Amino acid sequence: MSIVALKSPPENAPKPSAKVISLPATPNPQLGVRRILSDLGAMVLPPLVVLMVLLAVWQVAFSGEGSGLPTPAAVWAESADLILDPFYVYGTQDIGLGWRVLTSLERVAYGFGLAAVVGVLVGAVIGQSALMMRGFDPIFQVLRTVPPLAWLPISLAAFMDSRPSAIFVIFITAIWPIIINTAAGVRAIPQDYRNVAAVLRLNQVEFFWKIMVPSAAPYIFSGLRIGVGLSWLAIVAAEMLTGGVGIGFFIWDAWNSSRLTDIMVALVYIGVTGFVLDRLVAFIGRVVSRGTAA
Amino acid sequence: MKYLQIDRVCKSFISGPKVTEVLSDIRLTIEKGEFVSIIGHSGCGKSTLLNLIAGLTEVTTGAIKLEGREVNAPGPDRAVVFQNHSLLPWLTVYDNVKLAVTKVFGSTKSRAERRDWIMQNLDLVQMTHAADKRPGEISGGMRQRVGIARALAMEPKILLLDEPFGALDALTRAHLQDAVMDIHARLGNTMIMITHDVDEAVLLADRIVMMTNGPAATIGEVLPVPIPRPRDRIALASQPDYVRAREAVLRFLYERHRFVEAAE
Repeated sequence: MSIVALKSPPENAPKPSAKVISLPATPNPQLGVRRILSDLGAMVLPPLVVLMVLLAVWQVAFSGEGSGLPTPAAVWAESADLILDPFYVYGTQDIGLGWRVLTSLERVAYGFGLAAVVGVLVGAVIGQSALMMRGFDPIFQVLRTVPPLAWLPISLAAFMDSRPSAIFVIFITAIWPIIINTAAGVRAIPQDYRNVAAVLRLNQVEFFWKIMVPSAAPYIFSGLRIGVGLSWLAIVAAEMLTGGVGIGFFIWDAWNSSRLTDIMVALVYIGVTGFVLDRLVAFIGRVVSRGTAA
Repeated sequence: MKYLQIDRVCKSFISGPKVTEVLSDIRLTIEKGEFVSIIGHSGCGKSTLLNLIAGLTEVTTGAIKLEGREVNAPGPDRAVVFQNHSLLPWLTVYDNVKLAVTKVFGSTKSRAERRDWIMQNLDLVQMTHAADKRPGEISGGMRQRVGIARALAMEPKILLLDEPFGALDALTRAHLQDAVMDIHARLGNTMIMITHDVDEAVLLADRIVMMTNGPAATIGEVLPVPIPRPRDRIALASQPDYVRAREAVLRFLYERHRFVEAAE
């Protein structure tokens, strides 16, 4: 009897009804475009207004005689070429800020990429054991507060060469939040998933890729987000010793030749790039973890 | 030969200086193809017993033998349907079953055979229509169906069900009980199901194992259920054998082994 009951149509009935649901929901296109425009306005206008007000306040505040800092008008007057054309090339050392940012990004890519790989692996190992977690966590918590500049002399002494030292400074600044967050994410893997892995006899490598990484992805990516922010923060410190054409060295160089307005422009470039990096990692996190990461 | 043999098994948990004996002197043999329900009040250690059979927890003393070989680690020959489905939320229904099938049959079945086998098992629980959905997009009852399909797809010697329908509403639960009976009739699997639902235990089982209250819980009584299959829940309601079995379980649980909340 029970078998017959199972085969009866009511069991299969939801199939057609489920298809019907997807049919409506085609919004009026005209309304849609207007909606998007107004949404965009609501998002872009407030920060634009605040920016204008801040620039005006800055202009007024530093307009007086003997003011130490340039006004926005002065920045425009002296450094407009840097703002208007980010990708000019006048010589090997005289290039647009866009090129400089790209050079620095390459350096950050090495340092941060290394920190991401090592950080996730170390975090995964440490997160697996409560004892290791207890032993390592306080040390990491202390190390993560060391500022990038403080690593610089140690790094130079260890590598005796500026290029690897710069990458090491970025690496060592970015790695701590990645390790700490990955370990926390691994500790937070539900026992249910571990049981599934145990019944299936997944080996270490399979467990890492099939259970640990997807399960801990939200944690890992919040660590990577903090890490990428920190590694970009470390770029000025790192490039103070490498020299060359990076944006960090540009600031150091501009300071040494008293081009304050150039520094102002470079700061905006650094800020915007950092913002884009942060959003990029957040976006990748959302894609990889299918919406569960922030 | 005895199929599954639980031989004088004790289980204690040690935390610091305190030793808590959860299970004491469990003896039970289960024949191939048998459906056994284990019932008891909450906290009596019935889930611990299932974990011991699954190999997720190690026995303290005694032994569990499957076809004469001792069980001391988890494996796909003793697939578990977990209480809260335990599907991986980042994988689709199909991929959840595929994870198990690839692991168990990766070297013995071809890619096309594995695909057929996955769909065949999803069909068994009537979930082929949701193969591309994620667990978050389907109902609790459907998730549990997929959990059953994943366990069945491992072609286990024993299927262990840990209160699989405890979190479901009564109607969904009835549907799934029918589905489990149907699968048991078709495939003849050996199944052990933990439950706290007297009707469920009587409806599904060939034998009902009743556990005493913990600590140091043990098997209080084993009740055979001599009702022929296939069983129909409506016809059973007034059948004397069913009523008698139900009464026996109720008497055991509420007269002789009342659950004492204050029990330390």
